[in-house]
Amino acid sequence: MQIRLTGLTLTALGATAVGATPAAAQTLDLTVTIPRLNVAEYHRPYVAIWLEKEGAAPRTLAVWYDHDMKANEGTKWLRDVRQWWRASGRSMSFPADGVTGATRAPGTHKISFTAGQGAMPQLSGGKYTLVVEAAREVGGRELLRLPFTWPGGGTVTAQGANELGAVRLTVRR
Amino acid sequence: MKKFRTPIIAAAALIALATPAAVEAHRMWMLPSATVVSGDDVWVTIDAAVSNDLFYFEHQPLRGDPVVIAPDGSQGAVENKATGRYRTTFDVHLTQKGTYKVAIINEGVFGSYMLNGERKMLPRGTTTATLASAIPAGATEVRTSENLTRNEVFITSGAPTTTVFKPAGKGIELVPVTHPNDLVAGETATFQFLLDGKPFGNQAVTVIPGGIRYRDKLNQMDLKTDAEGKVQITWPEPGMYWLNVTTAPQGMGPGGPGGPQAGPAAPGAAPARRANYVTTLEVLAP
Repeated sequence: MQIRLTGLTLTALGATAVGATPAAAQTLDLTVTIPRLNVAEYHRPYVAIWLEKEGAAPRTLAVWYDHDMKANEGTKWLRDVRQWWRASGRSMSFPADGVTGATRAPGTHKISFTAGQGAMPQLSGGKYTLVVEAAREVGGRELLRLPFTWPGGGTVTAQGANELGAVRLTVRR
Repeated sequence: MKKFRTPIIAAAALIALATPAAVEAHRMWMLPSATVVSGDDVWVTIDAAVSNDLFYFEHQPLRGDPVVIAPDGSQGAVENKATGRYRTTFDVHLTQKGTYKVAIINEGVFGSYMLNGERKMLPRGTTTATLASAIPAGATEVRTSENLTRNEVFITSGAPTTTVFKPAGKGIELVPVTHPNDLVAGETATFQFLLDGKPFGNQAVTVIPGGIRYRDKLNQMDLKTDAEGKVQITWPEPGMYWLNVTTAPQGMGPGGPGGPQAGPAAPGAAPARRANYVTTLEVLAP
């Protein structure tokens, strides 16, 4: 019996590079803007940030959710971040070390992912996409894709329309 | 009950009453509150009904004993079951990670025979095993139809698993090529269907999106399995879909109702068989 699982292969993303000494710290600097919304009932969005590479299993870098509810109840809505849930989340367990984080208030948030720290893998050469997906309770869902190539550098930006504002990614060696 | 003009019509009417799925206009279904779930303490509630429009409660509750199969193959519990005027409802507590199957299986033999110049119906609840004892000595013109209806839904907590799809080798069953809890609008899914454990090739597969009440067209997809029993379905939009695969109506015994040459079968002849498969599939937005 064969089952198609999205984007999953036996090679986990970056696994081949595990143990290799990085020539320089690979760093992704990410700025995520969560828009201030004028709605009757507002809850901070659940946000998932993950890395995709063709032919490799997607790697979750961060998930912001209600991680401090009793009995881990906040995990009930993780599936609403539905593309991330299908790509990566559903095969993880929570809380996830180095990945789980608290939800964030409207505003601009800066985060950095450095290879070898937390969930961020060493990057082997190739084409990547950093994906940011936000889903809000009694609200909507939005997903932004930021493609980049490694080795390389530079900045990629994307602009959300509803649940996300400007998202900016800078890739550093 | 009204007097029927001919016993054959009476027998057909009994079948219609006993197996709603066999009636064209009425569709049987189960509708889970969710099929893709996350979290540590997960419950789903399932409505089960027989209706014209999908998925609205407007005709009869779906009767029968739901069976829950957990991802590890063990039998799970059905909780808070109640049957109202239009629907049956029950809960399932998903205590394991993986894919659950919830099934209502109806199996039985329906039919009639002539005894002392009178046509008698087989009692409700007759099975293949009790058929011989249900027909008294001296009965003639025995007409029977064996029916196996599987109504199944699948629910996945966490990552999908495949234990619950191990075929029983009886009736029509679904074997995933695409997992039924991994369906996304715009993508094409492939399922294989088996009849008694063998590929059910070149057979009609009917797929209808829910929400019929609020649109003019049925938007039914008439598909066909290939020689291996596989069918491909491209989901036009997110939502709940009703899927039905059935053996062609064979009537009751040799030359059953509708057959122009309806003739009596010998007592003890193998009954005509009808198998039916129904599932409700949730297709998520991309």
